[in-house]
Amino acid sequence: MKVAVCAQDGSLDAAVDQRFGRCPCLMLVDTENMQWEAVPNPGANSSGGAGIQTAQFLVDRRVEAVLVGRIGPKAMSVFQRAGIRVYGDIAGTVRETIDMYRRGVLPLLLEANSPTHAGMEEGRSGR
Amino acid sequence: MIIAVASGKGGTGKTTVAASLALSAAEKGPVQYLDCDVEEPNGHLLLHPEWRQSRPVTVFVPVIAREKCNYCGRCAQICAFHALAVLPEEVLVFPELCHGCGGCRYFCRQEAITEGKREIGRLEKGLAGSIQFVHGRLRIGEAMSTPLIEAVKENAAPDILTVIDAPPGTSCPVIKTVTGADFCLLVTEPTPFGLHDLALAVKMVRELAVPCGVVINRSGKWDHLIEEYCRREQVPLLFRLPADREVAAAYSRGIPAVAARPEWKTRFLNFLASLEGKDRCAS
Repeated sequence: MKVAVCAQDGSLDAAVDQRFGRCPCLMLVDTENMQWEAVPNPGANSSGGAGIQTAQFLVDRRVEAVLVGRIGPKAMSVFQRAGIRVYGDIAGTVRETIDMYRRGVLPLLLEANSPTHAGMEEGRSGR
Repeated sequence: MIIAVASGKGGTGKTTVAASLALSAAEKGPVQYLDCDVEEPNGHLLLHPEWRQSRPVTVFVPVIAREKCNYCGRCAQICAFHALAVLPEEVLVFPELCHGCGGCRYFCRQEAITEGKREIGRLEKGLAGSIQFVHGRLRIGEAMSTPLIEAVKENAAPDILTVIDAPPGTSCPVIKTVTGADFCLLVTEPTPFGLHDLALAVKMVRELAVPCGVVINRSGKWDHLIEEYCRREQVPLLFRLPADREVAAAYSRGIPAVAARPEWKTRFLNFLASLEGKDRCAS
């Protein structure tokens, strides 16, 4: 099972990032053999629509599940229409998050748990 | 002749100056007033036009023909605003992110994208005495104001004296408004905040190569802040409107400054005369 985890850096021991569209790094992990790949989040510095850009990227990479802290409504709708499951409440490191996912303790999100633009840095606007 | 009235800082008196300028000029000849502050148009509160026309203004949004689409993803790749997401068997469109450029349609090899329309606001026209009045009213919640500003400017009559009330700030909506003007009046208040934003506005109009001059509104004992700046930057200080309780009281009842203080009209007429003088020299 190939899953994506929002991370602050590119290793299994990196801290997870609570933001979806604006997390600096995406860890793509095969949960069966723990083979992993770190990729920079293409949406991280986007002037707008970051969540959609990140979601599109993960759809294109054919992940089967996405593990997030918070996710907004637009990115959530992309995953729902693509049939990709989204799990919330990640904490600690990427490794710990994968472990929680394998034990089945991460809650499946049925809707966005964050308003739009929540991951934007203060003072930046899309205009 | 097109005169834009801008400010940098909000609430310095753009509409007070623009409405008074239009009313003063209307005594000499035909004038039109364009309120390009489409997010919060307020010129009508002072000029009280009788409305003659109202119509929606729309922008392009992509509509996907599923039977033609091969889900290649090209439209999502070229969209700078991420208004499209292409899934294996579906294309999602996020109209609120779309800037209406039509790039997705242009680059679609399958010709699967057609033009849909999204209403961003309304264009309204009326007559305030002899002043032709045009303004835009942005739909509540809409983020994209520049196409509506463009529609207001396109609906202006050519070749008559045009006074444009600009939005505050120095970003896209103001640039869209001020571009193409023959002169930009920058209204400021004599405060550190007013000065700070005036300096930004001067930089902006210089970038646009529009000649500008400064009007101090609510002029008083702190004018030297603005005077020093104007001297240093060699920006003409055109005239001042004193802080005047009666004008403020009239304003709160929707009465323009020159209606409350008719003697102020000479300031506006002298300014217009000086511009026309320059115009003649240039041509």
